[in-house]
Amino acid sequence: MKIHYCDALVIGGGLAGLRTAVATQEKGLSTIVLSLVPVKRSHSAAAQGGMQASLANSVMGKGDNEDVHFADTVKGSDWGCDQEVARMFVTTAPKAIRELAAWGVPWTRVKRGERSVVINTERTTITEADEAHGLITARDFGGTKKWRTCYTADATGHTMLFGVANQALKEDVDIRERKELLSLIHKDGRCYGAVVRDLIDGELEAYIAKATNIATGGWGRVYRTTTNAVICEGTGQAAVLETGLGTLGNPEAVQFHPTPIVPSGILLTEGCRGDGGVLRDVDGYRFMPDYEPEKKDLASRDVVSRRMMEHIRKGKGVKSIFGDHLWLDISILGREHIEKNLRDVQEISMTFNGIDPADEGPKGWMPVRPAQHYSMGGIRTKPTGESPDLSGLFSCGEAACWDLHGFNRLGGNSVAETVVSGMIVGNYMADYCLENEIDIDTATIEAFVEKEEQNIREIMSRPLNDDSIFDIKRRMQEIMDDKVGIFRNGEELQEAVDELQELLKRSRKVGIRYVTHASNPELVEAYRLPKMLKIAISIAYSALLRTESRGAHYREDYLKRDDANWLKRTLVRWTDPEATLPEVFYEELDIMKMEIPPAFRGYGRKGMTIDNPLSAKRQEEVDRIREELEAKGADRFEIQDALMPFDLPENYKEKNERQGVGYA
Amino acid sequence: MPDTAQNKGRMLTFEILQYNPSDPQSKPHMVTYHLEETLGMTLFVALNMIREKFEPDLAFDFVCRAGICGSCGMMVNGKPLLACRTLTKDYPDGVIRLMPMPSFKLIKDLSVVTGQWMDGMSKRVESWIHSKEEVDITKLEKRIEPEVADATFELDRCIECGICVSSCATALMRPDFVGAVGLNRIARFDIDPHDERTAEDFYELVGDDSGIFGCMTLLGCEDNCPKNLPLQEKIAYMRRKLANVKDTGGGLEIRVEG
Ligand SMILES: Cc1cc2nc3c(=O)[nH]c(=O)nc-3n(C[C@H](O)[C@H](O)[C@H](O)COP(=O)(O)OP(=O)(O)OC[C@H]3O[C@@H](n4cnc5c(N)ncnc54)[C@H](O)[C@@H]3O)c2cc1C
Ligand code: SF4
Ligand code: FES
Repeated sequence: MKIHYCDALVIGGGLAGLRTAVATQEKGLSTIVLSLVPVKRSHSAAAQGGMQASLANSVMGKGDNEDVHFADTVKGSDWGCDQEVARMFVTTAPKAIRELAAWGVPWTRVKRGERSVVINTERTTITEADEAHGLITARDFGGTKKWRTCYTADATGHTMLFGVANQALKEDVDIRERKELLSLIHKDGRCYGAVVRDLIDGELEAYIAKATNIATGGWGRVYRTTTNAVICEGTGQAAVLETGLGTLGNPEAVQFHPTPIVPSGILLTEGCRGDGGVLRDVDGYRFMPDYEPEKKDLASRDVVSRRMMEHIRKGKGVKSIFGDHLWLDISILGREHIEKNLRDVQEISMTFNGIDPADEGPKGWMPVRPAQHYSMGGIRTKPTGESPDLSGLFSCGEAACWDLHGFNRLGGNSVAETVVSGMIVGNYMADYCLENEIDIDTATIEAFVEKEEQNIREIMSRPLNDDSIFDIKRRMQEIMDDKVGIFRNGEELQEAVDELQELLKRSRKVGIRYVTHASNPELVEAYRLPKMLKIAISIAYSALLRTESRGAHYREDYLKRDDANWLKRTLVRWTDPEATLPEVFYEELDIMKMEIPPAFRGYGRKGMTIDNPLSAKRQEEVDRIREELEAKGADRFEIQDALMPFDLPENYKEKNERQGVGYA
Repeated sequence: MPDTAQNKGRMLTFEILQYNPSDPQSKPHMVTYHLEETLGMTLFVALNMIREKFEPDLAFDFVCRAGICGSCGMMVNGKPLLACRTLTKDYPDGVIRLMPMPSFKLIKDLSVVTGQWMDGMSKRVESWIHSKEEVDITKLEKRIEPEVADATFELDRCIECGICVSSCATALMRPDFVGAVGLNRIARFDIDPHDERTAEDFYELVGDDSGIFGCMTLLGCEDNCPKNLPLQEKIAYMRRKLANVKDTGGGLEIRVEG
């Protein structure tokens, strides 16, 4: 048996994992990154639209700062997020983007002078200030008060990932590809590393570390129609669930993006609408202003996706053999803009659909329909990124429920979260490595490896029955699409939970045709499937139990956001490995500690909340503190600190400089 | 462009190389499969159908399935392409022959090791910013001319798919050749104002026959690059620049064009 030792083990080489690895390696800790695929192919590469950071360089971002970004994020989350984490995040985001700029990410820059843009389908001229020339510019995105989303054309994730991966190479981080996390090694409530399978030769290895970070990305592939890459299967989160100790937070919080292209489900970035593109129906009519007079096509994603489905249900969709869809029209932005700033969108549309979106009029309209896009839920962590359940286990990025996003993530806040959390969590993880030694015996390590060997032997020894892994997987995905989608109700969710449990039982019996260890995709499918089903069940079951509507979780039988009873985070734990359902319990969100107590989001349906009496009480308190301090001449940082203090490592809490306003 | 709907239901023939170098029993051989074409079918869709229906252990690599991540390069009827962006309808006779990309170590069937190759290239060209400046991330970022940022981005669009390497005669003959991908990377850092390296520094890294002077300007790289990077122009530019560093630079004669 191969045992590898290191200080910091990072599982997942997307933006979050690599940025964490740079943080630990920089502190002199030996760091290993493991990834299913070459790290530069991680799904972070697919992020198109951009990264939110309140730099306020462009004229359309003037007045932006941490406070505005914070308020947008909290409202976006429908008050489901951890506000302390949101504060940590907005304070670090400008530093993260400036660090990336220094690492060579070629952010699109402000050009002084007049510029023609499309706002509300009108061509408008804006004038960029001389002083801003050459600083990082930003575009508009959904659910934000200011233009805050920084970008490199529409290949933002790609350039960020290459920037961070190259930095990791520079720091000489030990990066190993085609390695799959199977299970976590733990003893007496502490995590010591992982059992890992080499995807080329099929060997199992143990990686032993002082601290382990799971940064394995989202779990979108439990759905059939998703913008996620084929490797986003939630196996990292499942490994945490399978410890019987670690918990998942808010698995039911699943985001559906408004504009994946039909039928492939490949994403067309929110930047399309951010730059001025609009949605149209079967009559070519721009319908969003009717539903959302204020934010129109740029309300938050959960709202736009629901409005689109509502409109389709009214018979206003375009019929096609792939089901009803709507149109996304960016032709109004003009060919020049598209070929410069939305080039990948154009390439995707031309390659997969034969449509050139720069062609004027209906000819250039692209067929779109909402599909699964992002997992707000994930491995529950504390604000330091450490699991509250297993010491030495950390998680960040989309895999985690650090809880920046609550029940709806804003576009551009995820790639920002990956690097910001990598910086913050990487530092806390380094501290842990410096304070703790590896004190685990080889017998325990061997037992964990043997358990996985045994599982693989068992799969290979199963007799072939007339069941198929691929059928079970497809059925799971169909159930998730049909019954755990944008519109949910008790009856269908119950059906989903019941059938998914049956699928889990079947997945434990299904045989495989090829019984070799090395490079065997069928075997891989076979051992991943029960893990994916556990994730799917956790999502469906939590959705069934949450009898309210909040953010992306929308119950047709419980239409209101219920702050009186549901201002709490779902936690899921899977103690009994033979069980087909996890235990579900809850963690209260403390209104009296919130900087912004629950209120109306400013978009979506009005009057759809069951208020918690504490919200008004806290609001009074917040107003009073603010007034008192303002009277004393306190600045916004002092007021913020009085309302909700928070910590950050390194110099991340320092004020961020902005053009024209300095450190104010 | 032919209407996709017309082609629906056509029978396609796939001939796919199968070989597992780690299995002493395995010999390279072609296996044929027949599949009914579906609307808008890509090789991503087709290969997954073949795996599900006929060959559960057929090895190939896809991640994003959207032409963004660079995982799925393979030889399609002799030409290196990103398989996920390749539509079956573009093959009028319905015969599609798939082979792994040459120049990279074969894992199995259509799956090759590109990642480690690219990491080696990245380390060789030191594919990161070299700067002595201490950056304070609480302060305003360094100003960059918008056009220069755009020009850097243009070359930063490379997705390390390896298609240029598989299209390159030099790479086939010289396994240590850094490839168009590596030379493009040098050009990228040359433009980037954050990077303080000089022509001499780049010369140290690639000023030989396995670097800038190995290119025989056969253009295969640029013809096939899925991101349409201006590889020849950039390689020629860097070659002129590095040839000036030392006239006795490389073994090959230095041709300056343009
Ligand atoms: C199409 C698309 C467009 C997007 N656009 C934007 C955008 O414009 N702005 C924005 O903010 N967000 C965007 N997002 C979201 C954002 O890109 C992701 O949430 C984010 O990049 C996730 O980064 P990550 O590092 O957490 O995970 P990933 O980048 O997904 O990386 C996961 C890593 O884990 C590894 N891994 C997974 N499982 C295992 C295992 N079992 N063992 C070992 N390794 C494993 C993988 O190999 C990979 O290296 C987009 C998402 C999609 C799908
Ligand atoms: S230069 Fe083009 S062909 Fe070569 S690796 Fe980059 S994207 Fe691929
Ligand atoms: S799978 Fe990503 S480029 Fe083809």
